[in-house]
Amino acid sequence: MPSPSYVAFDEKDLGAQVLLSQFKLKTSGDAVTVRQAVARYMKEHGASALNVTRFATAVSEIARNAIVHAGGGEFSIYVDPRAKRLSVVCWDKGPGIEDVALALTDGYTSGGGLGRGLGGAQRLAQKFEIRTAVGGAPAC
Amino acid sequence: MAGVTSINLVEHALLVSIQDDITDTEILELQDRLSNKISENRIDGVILDISALEIVDTFVGRVIAQLAGISRLLAADTYVVGMRPTVAVTLVELGMYLPETRTALSLTHALTQLRRL
Repeated sequence: MPSPSYVAFDEKDLGAQVLLSQFKLKTSGDAVTVRQAVARYMKEHGASALNVTRFATAVSEIARNAIVHAGGGEFSIYVDPRAKRLSVVCWDKGPGIEDVALALTDGYTSGGGLGRGLGGAQRLAQKFEIRTAVGGAPAC
Repeated sequence: MAGVTSINLVEHALLVSIQDDITDTEILELQDRLSNKISENRIDGVILDISALEIVDTFVGRVIAQLAGISRLLAADTYVVGMRPTVAVTLVELGMYLPETRTALSLTHALTQLRRL
Protein backbone atom coordinates (compact mmCIF):
# COMPACT_ATOMS: atom_id res chain seq x y z
CA MET A 1 0.00 0.00 0.00
CA PRO A 2 1.52 3.34 -1.02
CA SER A 3 2.12 5.82 1.73
CA PRO A 4 0.16 9.07 1.41
CA SER A 5 1.69 12.27 0.10
CA TYR A 6 -0.07 14.23 2.73
CA VAL A 7 -2.01 12.93 5.64
CA ALA A 8 -4.54 14.72 7.76
CA PHE A 9 -3.15 17.40 9.96
CA ASP A 10 -3.04 16.46 13.60
CA GLU A 11 -6.00 18.24 15.19
CA LYS A 12 -3.76 19.44 18.01
CA ASP A 13 -1.73 21.47 15.53
CA LEU A 14 -4.78 23.47 14.55
CA GLY A 15 -5.22 25.10 17.95
CA ALA A 16 -8.59 26.80 18.34
CA GLN A 17 -9.65 26.01 14.81
CA VAL A 18 -12.82 24.12 14.09
CA LEU A 19 -13.67 22.03 11.08
CA LEU A 20 -15.92 24.03 8.74
CA SER A 21 -16.37 21.55 5.91
CA GLN A 22 -14.86 18.55 4.22
CA PHE A 23 -14.83 17.54 0.57
CA LYS A 24 -13.76 14.58 -1.51
CA LEU A 25 -11.33 15.38 -4.29
CA LYS A 26 -11.87 13.26 -7.39
CA THR A 27 -12.38 15.36 -10.51
CA SER A 28 -11.15 18.81 -11.54
CA GLY A 29 -14.66 20.07 -10.78
CA ASP A 30 -13.99 19.28 -7.10
CA ALA A 31 -11.03 21.69 -7.13
CA VAL A 32 -13.44 24.39 -8.31
CA THR A 33 -15.90 23.48 -5.56
CA VAL A 34 -13.33 23.74 -2.76
CA ARG A 35 -11.81 27.00 -3.89
CA GLN A 36 -15.27 28.52 -4.32
CA ALA A 37 -16.17 27.38 -0.79
CA VAL A 38 -13.01 29.02 0.58
CA ALA A 39 -13.61 32.23 -1.41
CA ARG A 40 -17.24 32.41 -0.27
CA TYR A 41 -16.31 32.09 3.39
CA MET A 42 -13.56 34.71 3.11
CA LYS A 43 -15.83 37.19 1.31
CA GLU A 44 -18.57 36.73 3.89
CA HIS A 45 -16.04 37.51 6.61
CA GLY A 46 -14.68 40.67 5.08
CA ALA A 47 -11.39 39.53 3.54
CA SER A 48 -9.99 41.85 0.86
CA ALA A 49 -10.54 40.93 -2.78
CA LEU A 50 -6.80 40.43 -3.24
CA ASN A 51 -6.47 38.11 -0.26
CA VAL A 52 -9.48 36.10 -1.43
CA THR A 53 -7.95 35.67 -4.88
CA ARG A 54 -4.52 34.82 -3.49
CA PHE A 55 -5.76 32.21 -1.08
CA ALA A 56 -8.34 30.71 -3.45
CA THR A 57 -5.60 30.38 -6.08
CA ALA A 58 -3.30 28.59 -3.62
CA VAL A 59 -6.18 26.29 -2.67
CA SER A 60 -6.86 25.56 -6.32
CA GLU A 61 -3.21 24.63 -6.88
CA ILE A 62 -2.96 22.14 -4.03
CA ALA A 63 -6.38 20.61 -4.74
CA ARG A 64 -5.55 20.15 -8.42
CA ASN A 65 -2.16 18.75 -7.45
CA ALA A 66 -3.86 16.06 -5.37
CA ILE A 67 -6.32 15.25 -8.16
CA VAL A 68 -3.90 15.28 -11.08
CA HIS A 69 -0.77 13.78 -9.51
CA ALA A 70 -2.06 11.72 -6.63
CA GLY A 71 -5.33 10.14 -7.68
CA GLY A 72 -7.52 12.36 -5.54
CA GLY A 73 -7.89 12.81 -1.83
CA GLU A 74 -9.73 14.77 0.78
CA PHE A 75 -9.92 18.44 1.54
CA SER A 76 -10.84 20.09 4.83
CA ILE A 77 -11.44 23.71 5.70
CA TYR A 78 -10.76 24.82 9.27
CA VAL A 79 -11.56 28.19 10.81
CA ASP A 80 -10.46 30.00 13.89
CA PRO A 81 -13.33 32.49 14.29
CA ARG A 82 -11.57 34.59 16.91
CA ALA A 83 -8.30 34.96 15.05
CA LYS A 84 -10.15 35.34 11.71
CA ARG A 85 -7.92 32.65 10.33
CA LEU A 86 -8.68 30.04 7.74
CA SER A 87 -6.60 26.90 7.25
CA VAL A 88 -7.02 24.18 4.70
CA VAL A 89 -5.67 20.67 4.76
CA CYS A 90 -5.35 18.59 1.67
CA TRP A 91 -4.78 14.88 2.03
CA ASP A 92 -4.05 12.77 -1.01
CA LYS A 93 -3.59 9.16 -1.99
CA GLY A 94 -0.40 9.52 -4.00
CA PRO A 95 2.88 7.68 -3.59
CA GLY A 96 4.47 10.61 -1.78
CA ILE A 97 6.88 13.31 -2.86
CA GLU A 98 10.48 12.13 -2.71
CA ASP A 99 12.08 15.53 -2.75
CA VAL A 100 9.81 18.25 -1.37
CA ALA A 101 12.34 21.03 -1.98
CA LEU A 102 12.59 19.98 -5.62
CA ALA A 103 8.79 19.81 -6.00
CA LEU A 104 8.56 23.37 -4.70
CA THR A 105 11.14 24.65 -7.18
CA ASP A 106 9.74 26.80 -9.97
CA GLY A 107 10.01 25.05 -13.30
CA TYR A 108 10.13 21.55 -11.87
CA THR A 109 7.23 19.34 -12.97
CA SER A 110 6.56 15.65 -12.73
CA GLY A 111 3.49 15.69 -14.91
CA GLY A 112 3.81 17.98 -17.93
CA GLY A 113 2.57 21.05 -16.09
CA LEU A 114 4.29 24.38 -15.79
CA GLY A 115 6.00 23.53 -12.53
CA ARG A 116 4.74 26.60 -10.73
CA GLY A 117 1.83 25.13 -8.82
CA LEU A 118 3.23 24.10 -5.45
CA GLY A 119 5.88 26.79 -5.26
CA GLY A 120 3.27 29.34 -6.29
CA ALA A 121 0.83 28.11 -3.66
CA GLN A 122 3.57 28.44 -1.05
CA ARG A 123 4.19 32.05 -2.05
CA LEU A 124 0.48 32.91 -2.01
CA ALA A 125 -0.27 31.47 1.43
CA GLN A 126 0.83 32.98 4.73
CA LYS A 127 1.83 29.60 6.01
CA PHE A 128 2.43 26.52 3.93
CA GLU A 129 3.57 23.10 4.92
CA ILE A 130 3.96 19.80 3.14
CA ARG A 131 4.35 16.60 5.02
CA THR A 132 4.92 13.54 2.95
CA ALA A 133 5.35 9.78 3.29
CA VAL A 134 6.35 9.91 6.94
CA GLY A 135 3.09 11.69 7.69
CA GLY A 136 1.67 15.16 7.37
CA ALA A 137 -0.17 17.59 5.19
CA PRO A 138 0.25 20.82 3.31
CA ALA A 139 -1.54 23.52 5.20
CA CYS A 140 -2.04 27.04 4.00
CA MET B 1 -23.76 26.59 -12.55
CA ALA B 2 -22.89 24.75 -15.70
CA GLY B 3 -20.04 26.41 -17.55
CA VAL B 4 -20.82 26.87 -21.19
CA THR B 5 -17.98 28.62 -22.90
CA SER B 6 -19.18 30.64 -25.86
CA ILE B 7 -17.40 31.57 -29.07
CA ASN B 8 -18.80 34.57 -30.97
CA LEU B 9 -17.65 36.30 -34.13
CA VAL B 10 -17.01 40.03 -33.62
CA GLU B 11 -15.72 41.80 -36.73
CA HIS B 12 -12.84 39.53 -37.83
CA ALA B 13 -12.16 38.24 -34.38
CA LEU B 14 -13.50 35.40 -32.31
CA LEU B 15 -14.62 36.35 -28.85
CA VAL B 16 -14.18 33.46 -26.45
CA SER B 17 -15.71 33.86 -23.00
CA ILE B 18 -14.16 31.44 -20.55
CA GLN B 19 -16.38 30.40 -17.66
CA ASP B 20 -15.19 30.21 -14.07
CA ASP B 21 -15.93 26.52 -13.63
CA ILE B 22 -14.63 25.22 -16.95
CA THR B 23 -13.77 21.52 -16.78
CA ASP B 24 -10.92 19.61 -18.43
CA THR B 25 -13.32 18.03 -20.91
CA GLU B 26 -14.79 21.39 -21.86
CA ILE B 27 -11.29 22.78 -22.43
CA LEU B 28 -10.42 20.04 -24.89
CA GLU B 29 -13.71 20.64 -26.67
CA LEU B 30 -13.05 24.38 -26.70
CA GLN B 31 -9.59 23.92 -28.28
CA ASP B 32 -11.19 21.82 -30.97
CA ARG B 33 -14.03 24.24 -31.68
CA LEU B 34 -11.76 27.27 -31.61
CA SER B 35 -9.14 25.87 -34.00
CA ASN B 36 -11.84 24.80 -36.47
CA LYS B 37 -13.56 28.18 -36.33
CA ILE B 38 -10.30 30.05 -36.90
CA SER B 39 -9.47 28.06 -40.02
CA GLU B 40 -13.02 28.11 -41.42
CA ASN B 41 -13.63 31.84 -41.01
CA ARG B 42 -10.22 33.37 -41.84
CA ILE B 43 -9.96 34.86 -38.42
CA ASP B 44 -7.33 37.57 -37.71
CA GLY B 45 -7.64 37.62 -33.99
CA VAL B 46 -8.89 35.76 -30.97
CA ILE B 47 -10.07 37.61 -27.89
CA LEU B 48 -10.16 35.56 -24.71
CA ASP B 49 -12.55 37.17 -22.26
CA ILE B 50 -11.61 36.09 -18.74
CA SER B 51 -13.73 38.61 -16.84
CA ALA B 52 -15.80 35.74 -15.41
CA LEU B 53 -12.70 34.21 -13.82
CA GLU B 54 -12.30 34.92 -10.12
CA ILE B 55 -8.96 33.19 -10.11
CA VAL B 56 -6.41 32.07 -12.67
CA ASP B 57 -4.31 29.21 -11.33
CA THR B 58 -1.46 27.55 -13.21
CA PHE B 59 -3.89 25.13 -14.84
CA VAL B 60 -6.11 27.87 -16.26
CA GLY B 61 -2.98 29.85 -17.15
CA ARG B 62 -1.76 26.90 -19.15
CA VAL B 63 -5.12 26.67 -20.92
CA ILE B 64 -4.89 30.35 -21.89
CA ALA B 65 -1.32 29.85 -23.15
CA GLN B 66 -2.36 26.79 -25.18
CA LEU B 67 -5.34 28.53 -26.76
CA ALA B 68 -3.07 31.44 -27.68
CA GLY B 69 -0.41 29.08 -29.08
CA ILE B 70 -2.94 27.25 -31.23
CA SER B 71 -4.35 30.55 -32.53
CA ARG B 72 -0.90 31.83 -33.38
CA LEU B 73 -0.08 28.70 -35.41
CA LEU B 74 -3.30 29.35 -37.31
CA ALA B 75 -2.21 32.96 -37.95
CA ALA B 76 -4.52 34.67 -35.48
CA ASP B 77 -3.29 37.04 -32.77
CA THR B 78 -4.61 36.58 -29.28
CA TYR B 79 -5.70 39.19 -26.80
CA VAL B 80 -6.72 38.43 -23.26
CA VAL B 81 -9.32 40.89 -21.98
CA GLY B 82 -11.13 41.44 -18.73
CA MET B 83 -8.40 40.31 -16.34
CA ARG B 84 -9.29 41.42 -12.83
CA PRO B 85 -6.57 43.44 -11.06
CA THR B 86 -6.42 40.88 -8.25
CA VAL B 87 -5.86 38.13 -10.83
CA ALA B 88 -3.00 40.12 -12.40
CA VAL B 89 -1.30 40.54 -9.01
CA THR B 90 -1.74 36.87 -8.17
CA LEU B 91 -0.42 35.71 -11.56
CA VAL B 92 2.76 37.71 -11.04
CA GLU B 93 3.18 36.24 -7.56
CA LEU B 94 2.62 32.76 -8.99
CA GLY B 95 5.40 33.44 -11.49
CA MET B 96 3.10 32.80 -14.46
CA TYR B 97 3.93 34.34 -17.79
CA LEU B 98 1.71 34.25 -20.83
CA PRO B 99 4.21 34.89 -23.61
CA GLU B 100 1.91 34.13 -26.56
CA THR B 101 -0.76 36.51 -25.43
CA ARG B 102 -1.23 40.24 -25.42
CA THR B 103 -3.60 41.81 -22.99
CA ALA B 104 -6.16 44.55 -23.51
CA LEU B 105 -8.22 46.25 -20.86
CA SER B 106 -11.51 45.88 -22.72
CA LEU B 107 -13.07 44.33 -25.80
CA THR B 108 -13.06 47.74 -27.52
CA HIS B 109 -9.37 48.17 -26.78
CA ALA B 110 -8.59 44.69 -28.16
CA LEU B 111 -10.61 45.30 -31.35
CA THR B 112 -8.84 48.63 -31.91
CA GLN B 113 -5.47 46.89 -31.61
CA LEU B 114 -6.53 44.13 -34.00
CA ARG B 115 -7.77 46.63 -36.63
CA ARG B 116 -4.28 48.14 -36.75
CA LEU B 117 -2.71 44.85 -37.79
